[in-house]
Amino acid sequence: MTELTNLTVAQIRDGHRAGDFSAVEVAEAFNANVAGAKALNAFIVETPDHAIEAAKAADADRAAGTLKPLSGVPIGMKDLFATNGVQTTAASHMLEGFVPRYESTVSQKLWDAGCGMLGKLNLDQFAMGSSNETSYFGNVISPWRRKDGGNAALAPGGSSGGSSSAIAARLCPAATGTDTGGSIRQPAAFTGISGIKPTYGRCSRWGIVAFASSLDQAGPMARDVRDCAIMLENMAGFDPKDATSLDMAVPNWEAALSSDLKGKTVGIPKEYRLEGIDPDIDAMWDAGIAMLKDAGADVVEISLPHTKYALPAYYIIAPAEASSNLARYDGVRYGLRDLPQGAGLQDMYAATRADGFGPEVKRRIMIGTYVLSAGFYDAYYTQAQKVRTLISRDFTAAFETCDVILAPTAPSAAFGLGEKMADPLAMYLNDVFAVPASLAGLPAMSVPAALNREGLPLGLQIIGKAFDEQGVLNAGLAIEERAGFTARAEKWW
Amino acid sequence: MAIDQATVRKIASLARIAISDAEAAAMEGELNGILGWVEQLGEVDVTGVEPMTAVIPNTLRLRDDIVDADPLTGGNRRDDVLANAPAAMHGFFGVPKVIE
Repeated sequence: MTELTNLTVAQIRDGHRAGDFSAVEVAEAFNANVAGAKALNAFIVETPDHAIEAAKAADADRAAGTLKPLSGVPIGMKDLFATNGVQTTAASHMLEGFVPRYESTVSQKLWDAGCGMLGKLNLDQFAMGSSNETSYFGNVISPWRRKDGGNAALAPGGSSGGSSSAIAARLCPAATGTDTGGSIRQPAAFTGISGIKPTYGRCSRWGIVAFASSLDQAGPMARDVRDCAIMLENMAGFDPKDATSLDMAVPNWEAALSSDLKGKTVGIPKEYRLEGIDPDIDAMWDAGIAMLKDAGADVVEISLPHTKYALPAYYIIAPAEASSNLARYDGVRYGLRDLPQGAGLQDMYAATRADGFGPEVKRRIMIGTYVLSAGFYDAYYTQAQKVRTLISRDFTAAFETCDVILAPTAPSAAFGLGEKMADPLAMYLNDVFAVPASLAGLPAMSVPAALNREGLPLGLQIIGKAFDEQGVLNAGLAIEERAGFTARAEKWW
Repeated sequence: MAIDQATVRKIASLARIAISDAEAAAMEGELNGILGWVEQLGEVDVTGVEPMTAVIPNTLRLRDDIVDADPLTGGNRRDDVLANAPAAMHGFFGVPKVIE
C-alpha cells in the first residue's frame, strides 16, 4: 500500500470512506512525520492528541454512516488562527502563552467538517515577512535544497512558511494559510505546492490575528488544485461576525473542476515582464502560456499600467492598517506585559511593545504611524488609496478582454536564509507579482510549474475576476495536468 | 522628505514603542530608505480619483437588536475575557496606578 502520508486530501477522504484504512492510522502516520521533522521547525505547537481524537470520531462516524466532508483528514493550522485551548502566538513574543477561549470561524468550520489538527504552524511574526525569518520561534527551513551538492538552508517563503514547508515535507496533506500581500502564493511557489487566496471576504477573518484588515484573507495550501478546492469549500462561507464577510453561497468548486478551457481567454500582463529577471522564470511563464493554449484557451496580451506602483502603495496601506490593528497589544488585556520597576501606564505600554515586537513588526508599525500622522496623511495614505483605486480599475479594464490572468508567482526561486534580511526593500520586492491582486481583492492561486536550473520549484500564478475562484482553479488544473510536476524534496531532515 | 532622529523618536513615542538612541539611529536609515521608495507614488496622476474604501463592494450590515444573539460575542463572558490578562484581579484588568 502507498505510504499514507503521500496521499492527497481527496485520496485520504475517499480511501477512508471506502474502508481502505482507518482515520487513526492516517493521523498516526502524520503525527510520526511531524515528530520526526523538528529540523524544519515548521510547527510552534504540535497537537497529536487533537488529530487522534478527530480520527477516532471519523472512524466512529464511518461505522455509524454519518461521515462528514473531510472525515479522517488531519491538517496543519497556521498559528494566526485562534484555536480554543491551544496557544496562538502569531509567531510573536507578544502573544507567547496566549491561549484563546474561543475558536476562529475558519478553523471551527474545518473541525465541523471532520478535520483534525496536527499542530500550529510557524509563520513570519504577525504575518509580516516573505521568508519566515521574522518568527520569534526561529526560522522555518524549506525541505528543498539546491542541486549544487551544498546544503544551504533555503527559505520556505512567507508568511505562511510553516504551512508550505510542512506540506512539501509530507508532514500534513493540507494546511491553512493567510494572504495579505502574497503570503499564501509565494510560499507555495517556493516549495512546489499549490495555494489559493480567494476573493476578499470569502473566508471569515473572525478569530484570525489581524495584520492589515482590508487585505487579510485566509485560504488553503495543499499539494494539488483539487485539494485546494476541497479545503476552500470547507473554509469559506458567510459569517455575521466579520463585517466584510461576503453574504454569498459557497460554490461546489471541486465538483465543477474542469481543465477544458475552450472559449476562455487568458490575459498576459506586459508590465509583469521585468527587465533582468531570471530567465528560468520567463521560460516557465512561456511554457505556461503554451499549456493554457493546449487546454483550448485563447491568449491575449493585456496591460495593467499601474503595476509598478502596487508595491509602494501596499507598503503604505498595509503598515498603516497594521499600526492601527497592533495598537491592541498594550500589556493590559492579553499577551506580554513588561512593567519596569516604578513605571506608570505609559511607560508600561512602551516597554511592553519594545519587548514584545520583533524588528520588522516595529518597522512597519513605525512606517504606519508616520504615514497616518497629522500633516502626512493625505500625502501618503490618501495618495496610496487613490493609487489602489487605479490598480483595481486596471484589473477591471483587463477583464473586459480576458477571463483569467497568467503571470509568475514570484520573481525568483527560493533564496537562502539570511540572503535578504539585511535589506528590507529587497525582501519586499519578492511580492512584486503577488501584491496587485491583493490590493484589488481578487482570487489568485499559485501552482507548481517547473524546476529551475538549481533544481528548485517555480510557481505560476493565476488571477481571476472577483468571485470567480472556479475560473482560477480550472486554469490551475489545466497547468497542473500539463506541467506534470511530481518533483519533491529529498528527505534530509 | 527625509526624517531625522528626532522624528524617529517622535514616531516611536506616538506608537508607544520604547527605543534606544542606537535603535533610533538605525531606524533613521531604514525608514528613510522605505519612505524614499514609496514617494514614487507622487508621480501618479490621481486627479478625480476617489481613494479606495471597500475593495469588494459590500453593504454595511447591522446585527439584530437582540441581547446575546451570538453566545460567542455576547455578554456574560467575563472570566473568558480576563483569562489571558497579565494581571486580572477582582474581575477587572489590573494596571499600574494612574492617579497619584
